[in-house]
Amino acid sequence: MTDKQRDVLLSIQDLHVWFELKRFGFGHAGYVKAVDGVTFDLHYGETIAIVGESGCGKTSLMKTILGLNKPTKGKVIFEDLDVGALRGEALRQYRAHIGYVQQDPFGALAPFMNVQRILEEPLIINGIKDPAERERRVRKVMEDVKLTPVDDFLHKFPHMLSGGQQQRVVIARAIILEPKLVVADEPVSMLDASVRVEILKLLRGLQEKYKLAVIYITHDLSTVRYFSERVFVMYAGNVVEKAPVNSIVHAPKHPYTAALMDATSDPDANNALQFRELPPGEPPSLVNPPSGCRFHPRCPKRIENLCEVEEPHDLQADDHLVACWLYK
Amino acid sequence: MAEQQKDILLHIEDLVLHFKTTKGNVQAVDGVFFDLGYKEAVVILGESGCGKSSLAKAILRLLPRNVDKYGGKVFLEGTDTMAMDEEQYRQNVRWVRMSLVPQAAMNSLNPVLKVGDQVAEPMIVHHGVKKEEALVQAAKMFQHVGVPVDFLDRYAFELSGGMRQRVAIAMALVTAPALVVLDEPTSALDVLTQANIFNVLKRLKKELEVSFVLITHDIATSSELADRVAVMYAGQIVEVSDAHRFFNEPLHPYSRMLMASVPRLRANQEPEFITGQPPSLLNPPKGCRFADRCPKRFAKCSEEPPVVNVDGIQVKCWLYTS
Amino acid sequence: MSSIRKFFKDLSQYPSAIVGLIIIFFLVVVSIYTLIVLPYNEAITLWRGDENVWYKTPRTAQPKWVNWFREDDLLETFIFNTANGEGTKTEEFSNGTNKIFISFPFEYNASSFPQEISLYFTSTYESKEPFVSIKLLTPDGREINIGSFAVSKTQTYRFSQDAKLARRLRGNSPEKGLFLDLTTDPPTIVKGTYELQIEGVAFEENSTVDAEFVVYGEVYGWAGTDHRRRDLTIPLLWGAPVALAFGLLAALGTTLTTMIIAAVGTWYGGWVDETIQRITEVNLVLPFLPILIMIGTFYSRSIWVILVAVIALSIFGAGIKGYRAVFLQIKESPYVEAARAYGAGNWRIIMQYLVPRIVPLLIPQLVILIPSNVFLEASLTVLGLGDPVLPTWGKVIQEGITNGALFQNQFYWVLEPSIVLMITGLAFAMLGFSLDRIFNPRLRGV
Repeated sequence: MTDKQRDVLLSIQDLHVWFELKRFGFGHAGYVKAVDGVTFDLHYGETIAIVGESGCGKTSLMKTILGLNKPTKGKVIFEDLDVGALRGEALRQYRAHIGYVQQDPFGALAPFMNVQRILEEPLIINGIKDPAERERRVRKVMEDVKLTPVDDFLHKFPHMLSGGQQQRVVIARAIILEPKLVVADEPVSMLDASVRVEILKLLRGLQEKYKLAVIYITHDLSTVRYFSERVFVMYAGNVVEKAPVNSIVHAPKHPYTAALMDATSDPDANNALQFRELPPGEPPSLVNPPSGCRFHPRCPKRIENLCEVEEPHDLQADDHLVACWLYK
Repeated sequence: MAEQQKDILLHIEDLVLHFKTTKGNVQAVDGVFFDLGYKEAVVILGESGCGKSSLAKAILRLLPRNVDKYGGKVFLEGTDTMAMDEEQYRQNVRWVRMSLVPQAAMNSLNPVLKVGDQVAEPMIVHHGVKKEEALVQAAKMFQHVGVPVDFLDRYAFELSGGMRQRVAIAMALVTAPALVVLDEPTSALDVLTQANIFNVLKRLKKELEVSFVLITHDIATSSELADRVAVMYAGQIVEVSDAHRFFNEPLHPYSRMLMASVPRLRANQEPEFITGQPPSLLNPPKGCRFADRCPKRFAKCSEEPPVVNVDGIQVKCWLYTS
Repeated sequence: MSSIRKFFKDLSQYPSAIVGLIIIFFLVVVSIYTLIVLPYNEAITLWRGDENVWYKTPRTAQPKWVNWFREDDLLETFIFNTANGEGTKTEEFSNGTNKIFISFPFEYNASSFPQEISLYFTSTYESKEPFVSIKLLTPDGREINIGSFAVSKTQTYRFSQDAKLARRLRGNSPEKGLFLDLTTDPPTIVKGTYELQIEGVAFEENSTVDAEFVVYGEVYGWAGTDHRRRDLTIPLLWGAPVALAFGLLAALGTTLTTMIIAAVGTWYGGWVDETIQRITEVNLVLPFLPILIMIGTFYSRSIWVILVAVIALSIFGAGIKGYRAVFLQIKESPYVEAARAYGAGNWRIIMQYLVPRIVPLLIPQLVILIPSNVFLEASLTVLGLGDPVLPTWGKVIQEGITNGALFQNQFYWVLEPSIVLMITGLAFAMLGFSLDRIFNPRLRGV
C-alpha cells in the first residue's frame, strides 16, 4: 500500500519525548521515557493507526506531533518545518495546521459556547476577520460532518447534543482550517457501538474527500481495519511493529501484537466457554523500562541471553517491520 | 412457581423505576423482565442512556432520593424482595445474597484505607465477624480474583487499574453472595486488562458458583461471559435470549442492527450503523420505542408490542406475532 | 434572552431568593430616591450642620413609632410658622401703627413635657423695632402672660430660659409649668386645646412681625434625632447608597482581580504561579484589621481610601487558592487543549476559555461578599475609622455608642442602623445562597 513515490508529509526521526521527574519540586529523580526512539514517515493523504495500551506513549507522541510537547531528542519534520525548533508565533501557526479530534467529545467542547462560536474560534484566532466569511465556512464544515439542517444546530450548546453530534462538532472544528493532517485520539472509544461506526465512516469519508492524512490513535484493534492503511503497534514507548493493516490482522508478527489480537473479542458465544491466553504481568514503568526488548519479561517466545540484553530494532519480516529478535 | 424456584435464582418481572426531575418524569426502567439461573451470567446490553445503570440500582434497591415510581417483582431465590422493608432487605439481601460492582468501581476505592480492610469491611458489617476473620476471608478472595495476598496492606493508589478492579470485585464477593451485579466492569480498561478481568470472572463463576448480571454497552466483550443476553432499549427489555442464538442471529430488529454495528477483527464484514437517536426517556413515544429507527416498521408498531416467545427467546416486537 | 428567562425561572424556585431580591430592589430604590431628593452637597451640609441648621429639632428625640408601643404617648414635636401660613395672623394698620395679632392653637394630649419651647421672630422695619406681648390660653380657661419685648430683625425667645416666667410658675421651668395645673398637689397636666397668642405693634407702614413657634417634643420624625439634633433619617437614607456602593465596588474589585490573577498564575504556572502563591501566603497572615486601622489613623479615613485598601488587601486572599484549584482542573480539560491545538494565544485562553467557566462560581461569592464588605465598613466606622464626612450607618452606631445611647435608653439610635445593616446582609445572603444552588447543581437538592 505504501507508495514510495508519494511525498512525505510528516517525518518522525528517532523521536524521544522524556518528562523529567522532580523530587521535592526541584531535585532530579529520573525521566518518564514516554516516547523512546520512534521513527516513521507519513505521506500526504495517508491514514495510519497507532495502536497501544494506555501508558504506551501514544498520547505523548501525538501531542508532540501537535506541537504541544517538545521533543527531547530527535526530530518531527512537517513538510519543511522542524517542529521541535518552532517557538512562539510560528509554533502557534503550526498547531493550527493540524486538526485534532479528541477522545471525550463533551470535554472537548467549551460548555459555555454554542456550536457556531465553537467552530468560529479557530477562524477568529487564525485571522479571518469577516463574520460573513466565517459563517460561510462554519456552515460548509457543518454540512461536511452532516450536522444538518445547519440552522438547527448553530445555536445549540454542547450539552444539548448527543455524543455522536458532539463528536461531529469536534471533527468539524478539526477540519475547519483545512489542515493537511488530522490527529484523531481514540475518537470513538467513548461513543456507543451504533454511533462508533457512523463516526468512523464520517472520518473516512472526509479523509477521502479532502485527501487528508490521518493519524488514528486507538487501543481497539477491531476498528483499525476499517480506517487505516498502515498500523503501528506501540509498547512501552517504542513502536514494536509497523505493517499494512490487512497483513497485521491476519498474521501479526510481534508477540505483543499477537497478544493484543488474542485479547480482542469478537461477539461470539463460544468466547464464554474458554479462557484466553494472555501474557502475564503488566506493562513496565516508563521510568525504568526493562533492558533489551521491553516486552521480554512477558514474552512467551523469549530468546534467553538475547532478548533481555540487546534492544531489537526494526527487522523486515514480509511486509512488516518488527522490533523483535525472532525475525533476525 | 414452586417448580421454578429450584433452578431460578433471580426472577424479575415488570420492574419499573421512574425519576422525578425538573423537566418531568424520566422513565429510566420501564417494565424490565428476565430470569437468571444458578451459576449463570446474564448480560444486559444497552447503549448509553437506555437506563441500564438505573436497572442495576433498581435490582439492588439502591435508590436515589428523586424516585417517582418504583415497583414490579423481584424474586431472589424464590423470595419476594419487594415485600421486604429496608432493614430486612439490608440484613438479608444486599451484599448478603446479592452484591454490586458499581460503575468505575476501581476509582471509587477509599484512598486512605488499605484495600484489604476495604474488602473485609462487608464481612464485618453484614456477618458481624471479627476483623481478623474478615481479613482471612479477604485474603481468600484476593486469591480468587488473582491479586497477590501481600497487596492486602496496600493502598488503592499503589495498584494498577486492573488490580483495583479486581479488588472491587473481591469486595463484592467477600460475603459469598449468590449473585453479583457488574455495572460496566471493564469499560475504562485496556484490552489485555479487560481480557484478564473476564478470565477472572469466568473462573469465579466456576469456582465460587456465583451468578452474574453483567451490565455493559460493549457487545464484543460481553460475549466472554454471557450465558444469556437481555437487550435493553429506551428503558425496556426488547429481547431475552440465550447467548448462542443471540450472537449468531438475534431476533429483534434493534438487536440485529446493534450486532451489525460491531466492528470485527476476524471477519471481513463492513459494520453498519443505526441512523437516528434513541427517544428521550422523558416522554417516550407510544407503541414500540424503536419504531422511528426501525427498517421493518409497519402499521402495528404504533401500538405497544407484546412480548412474544419464539422457541424460548422472548422478543418484544410485532414482527413475531403469528 | 431565553437563558435569562430560564435563570429567573430557576431563581423563582427559591423563596429566599425572591425575598432577598425584593429587599435589594427596595434598597436600590431608596438609594436612588435619596440621591435625587437629597443630593450629596445638601446631605453633607445637613449632616455637618450645627445648631443653626438644626434649631427646629429636639435633641436625642425618640422616633415617632415608639408611641405605638406605649400606653401614654410621648409628645411629638410641632412647629407653627406664620411665614408658611400656619396659625392665624391678622394685621390692622391705622394711625401709623400696624397692629398684628397671631394665634397658634394647639392640642396638647401628651403625658410628658416638651424638651423646650421657643419662639423665633423675624421682623421687618426701618428704624423702630416692633413690640410684642405673648400669652398662653390654657384649656381650663387661665391666661398666662409670658412676656413682652421688642423684637429685632431676628429674635429668639426661649421659654425655658425665662427665669421670670419660671418664678411666676412657682419655680417650675416654663416648658413644664405652662402645662400644669399648679393648684393641685402634686400638679397635674392639663390636656386639651391651648392657644398661644401674640399681639404685636409695629410702628412703620411696612413693618411686620412673623413668628415661628416650636414645641420640642420627646419624639421626632420616623427615625428620631441625635445629640446634635440631627434628624437620623438623613444618615439612614444616605447610608444605603454608600453601603451598596462600598459593598459592590469592594466585592467586584476583589473577586474580579483575584480571579484574573488566579487564572494567570494557573495558566502560566512556573515562577508566575509560585510568586502569586507566595504573595498570597504572606498576605494571608498579614493582620487585615490592624493594617486598615493604621491606614485610617495615619493616612486617611476617607471611605474611598479604605475601599482601595480593602481591595488591595483582599486581592491576594484565600480566594486565590480556591480559584486556583478550579482553574487547575479547567486548565487540563480537553477543550483547553483543543484551543491550544488550534493556536489560541495565552491571553485568549485565559479570558475566553478559563474565566467563563468560573463565572457561575463567582457570582454567588460576589453576592455574598457584598454584605461582608458593608459590615466591614460599618465595623471600621464603629472603631472610629469611619469617613469623617459621609453619613453612614456605621457612623450612627458609633456616635450612638460614644454618646452613651445605650445608657440613656436611646436604644433607637443604635438599633435603627443595626437593623438596616442586618436586613441588608440578610437580603444579599439569601440571594447569594440561592444563586449558589442554581449555579452549582451539586448543591441542589434532588
